[in-house]
Amino acid sequence: MSKKIKSILATDCGSTTTKAILIEWKEDRYKLTFRGEAPTTVEAPFEDVTKGVLNAVMEVEELSGRTILDGDKIITPDNGSSGVDIYVSTSSAGGGLQMMVAGVVKSMSGESAERAALGAGSIVMDVLASNDGRLPHEKITRIRQLRPDMILLSGGTDGGTTTHVMELAEILAAANPRPRLGQNYKLPVIYAGNNKAQESIRKTLGEISDLDIVDNIRPVLEQENLEPSRDKIHDLFMEHVMAQAPGYKKLMSWTDAPIMPTPGAVGSLIEMIAKKENISVVGVDIGGATTDIFSVFEGKFNRTVSANLGMSYSICNVLAESGLDNVLRWVPFDIDRSELTNRIGNKMIRPTTVPQSLEELVIEQAIAREALRLSFIQHKEFATSLKGVQSERTISDAFEQSSSGQSLVNMMELDLLVGSGGVLSHAPRRQQSARMLIDSFMPEGITQLAVDSIFMMPQLGVLANIDKDELKDDASQAALEVFDNDCLIRLGTCITPVGSAKPNSKMADVTLTFNDGTVKDIEINEGTLEMMEYPYEEVKVSIKPARGIDVGAGKGEALESVIYGGVVGLIFDGRNRPITLSKESSQRIDSLLSWSKAVDEYPKGEMF
Amino acid sequence: MAHSYTPGLKVLKKTIFKKERILPLKGDVLVKKGDILNPETIVASTNLPGNVQMLKVSNILNIDPKDVIEALKVEEGQAIKKGDIIAETAGVFGMFKSSVESPVDGTIESVSQSTGRVVLREAPIPVEVDAYVSGIVDEVVENEGIILSSNAAFIQGIFGIAGEKRGDLVLVSSSPFEELTAEQITADMKGKILIGGSFLSLEAYKKALSVNVAGIVVGGFNYFDLKAVLGYDLGVAITGTEKLNTALIVTEGYGSIPMSEATYSLLKENVGKAASINGATQIRAGVIRPEIVIPIDSANTDSDSESKMPQGIQEGSTVRVIRSPNFGKIGTVISLPSELNKMESETMVRVAEIKIDEQNYLIPRANLEMVETDE
Repeated sequence: MSKKIKSILATDCGSTTTKAILIEWKEDRYKLTFRGEAPTTVEAPFEDVTKGVLNAVMEVEELSGRTILDGDKIITPDNGSSGVDIYVSTSSAGGGLQMMVAGVVKSMSGESAERAALGAGSIVMDVLASNDGRLPHEKITRIRQLRPDMILLSGGTDGGTTTHVMELAEILAAANPRPRLGQNYKLPVIYAGNNKAQESIRKTLGEISDLDIVDNIRPVLEQENLEPSRDKIHDLFMEHVMAQAPGYKKLMSWTDAPIMPTPGAVGSLIEMIAKKENISVVGVDIGGATTDIFSVFEGKFNRTVSANLGMSYSICNVLAESGLDNVLRWVPFDIDRSELTNRIGNKMIRPTTVPQSLEELVIEQAIAREALRLSFIQHKEFATSLKGVQSERTISDAFEQSSSGQSLVNMMELDLLVGSGGVLSHAPRRQQSARMLIDSFMPEGITQLAVDSIFMMPQLGVLANIDKDELKDDASQAALEVFDNDCLIRLGTCITPVGSAKPNSKMADVTLTFNDGTVKDIEINEGTLEMMEYPYEEVKVSIKPARGIDVGAGKGEALESVIYGGVVGLIFDGRNRPITLSKESSQRIDSLLSWSKAVDEYPKGEMF
Repeated sequence: MAHSYTPGLKVLKKTIFKKERILPLKGDVLVKKGDILNPETIVASTNLPGNVQMLKVSNILNIDPKDVIEALKVEEGQAIKKGDIIAETAGVFGMFKSSVESPVDGTIESVSQSTGRVVLREAPIPVEVDAYVSGIVDEVVENEGIILSSNAAFIQGIFGIAGEKRGDLVLVSSSPFEELTAEQITADMKGKILIGGSFLSLEAYKKALSVNVAGIVVGGFNYFDLKAVLGYDLGVAITGTEKLNTALIVTEGYGSIPMSEATYSLLKENVGKAASINGATQIRAGVIRPEIVIPIDSANTDSDSESKMPQGIQEGSTVRVIRSPNFGKIGTVISLPSELNKMESETMVRVAEIKIDEQNYLIPRANLEMVETDE
């Protein structure tokens, strides 16, 4: 098969590390062949992002033996032994894209604006709304303090009343906000509200800001139209924010597609996978400062950023928000509480250290469970159906008590849970990653688990977004093939029956039929966790839950499906939902130790 | 020789210290290149736009927003005093008028016919930037401020609270291993910067606050005591805006940790001298560490230790362990093996072999910090 694209170079400029990957067409598929990394060089003394990019690419050159650079230029196209056909990049360096959004009603246009900004890969610094309880001068002070990269203003349905959205525009005008980077350009403002107010908005904001007007984000109450705002945010990110950051003009001239904000690229990849496979997906990236969660349920994409839940810079905030007791409940030994808080504090002020002792590792993974749990709670609260929508209610709706604004996240529906970020991707044992994902997200029914080993999703996301006609088919094929084969490490599948069950009672009978025809029966009992090693191969499964217990087909209903093993294998989780730990210390420690032992989570020794 | 780069905190006896002193908005620079500066010298000033008041004139007068213009008694841009009438209805035959008075002194910024609101801007707020450290103006940044240059001793801490303070250095702890206690803090230490050893308790910090000590430099402080000082759990290490009379600079970390010998002896050498300190810390991209700057009287400085390229960890380097086990201990690098090593946690990492108190340990390089000195 002849391919227009034979090789692809992709980089992701993170706040600390710039990562480069080389993808090549080999043996009838696109493969990740080499990767390199180097410190990001946005800040002093270098102040030129391209230096870090060149260093990372040089590492790829050294490993692959392929000449990619000619001085500080990327050689294109691929001519056999040198050059690459396309080069793409994402960036979250310099704090990423920071936005402020405004809407008339906080839970309606405000939330839609927030969803658009988050979906585009931004951090939302604040949501202003007419009904947010703050007085005009308080809002003005806040806008001035924050100095966002851009503002998205929405509000009102098309043709409706313009007063409220104009009030917000006047507040913005009075604040006369300055952009974060550079004193010499006007702050980009996107207006995505009531089309009837467009002229007045131009009069009020046209002079003091760099105003763009796009289609209403909420043209009618029942409909959300995020695409035009998201696209405009991406354009402005390139034109304004990136253009102000050191070295980015040069980087932009090298790439074959616009540079995307890192989380925006990850989101679009996850959205594409969910659509292509017709599955529900949750993806999480836990970093040092923030935790990003992406989900696709019922075909709807959502992203949230928990700005202060992370494993180093914000580790103390995890402690503050969850409470020390919630962290300690995952630790199977007694520890001096004040010494522990000092240790965690020291991780915050020296964020690059790694756990040397087993005790330190266990504590770090306990904190990760809480950071993930809290981030997911925030995500579930945000990923809802549209609020403020009137719908006709039938008698059955009345019985179900369903209303607008319900969370779309349904753990029983979840098919694939993907984790990434240091604590999940680099855990010494994959069993530890699986346990952290299960304990914090608490999947129900049948759920496949995976980790993105080297956080390649950003580069694949921008690849999947190439829209040049002659390249886009090959580029998206490359993104999907590398995602399936090289990016994800399949941990295995978790089977979790849920429902009211007595302690130690039987929750389900599971029959596994393997490829070679052998059959194995397993009983899942309440309070237990079991694991069976099995590689990433198909297994037919038949599950008969006990009365009142559900595994996905309804209470007491049997279910047949096909599942896959992985580097960890098949996990049978009888710990019901939510996972509860005994208040009594010795009982709690016994449970933790038996679960760890069942999945071979930690090395055997004094502690385990 | 194998070496690895681990940035450490600076402890420099003599350096050319440079500092940007920049306004938050453009304004006037009041000094010129070469001018000699005291810490108190005002180097630049500007006016921040005043606070905004929004008056819902249409609502108050019970008229349509588009009729607000007709009712106005003032024009956009006009200065007004508190109590001046801003708008008034015509009334009936000149009677039963209703009016809106200005709640503040200021100017009329804008009038909206879409919402019927009048925006008043209060008087500008003056802002001044001082020199912070004595020195000279090295460079003027037009309309924004200056870059100051000073011959100074310079020390970075790991974490601090409260912003810029000044005072003379007073040695309180007689060794880096000694705790600075509440009893040692006396009323005559008002306005001084105290040098402690390994630890400062919450009680001692409170005592320092009560006698208005300008600042304390100490090895360790308890993380959980910060809540009592700040009034909230410190979730992320971004500080500097706390309104506290006593700045605190921790040089080693949380807990009781002896101050590094280099830091302690440099501070001790400079006892009695005036120092400028800043507790502001930001541990994120664009890291800011708290600092102690002690200007030195020497017209010609021949050693510029800051401009030396940072040295990586090498065999023979002095390093500090920055994570448990052995946290806070100082050792010497014996070797830097190139292969990855498996730790007790099973983490595979690059390590350094370190000699601490005559015993050798393998420690992840990421858990070591260079003790950077200019000796």
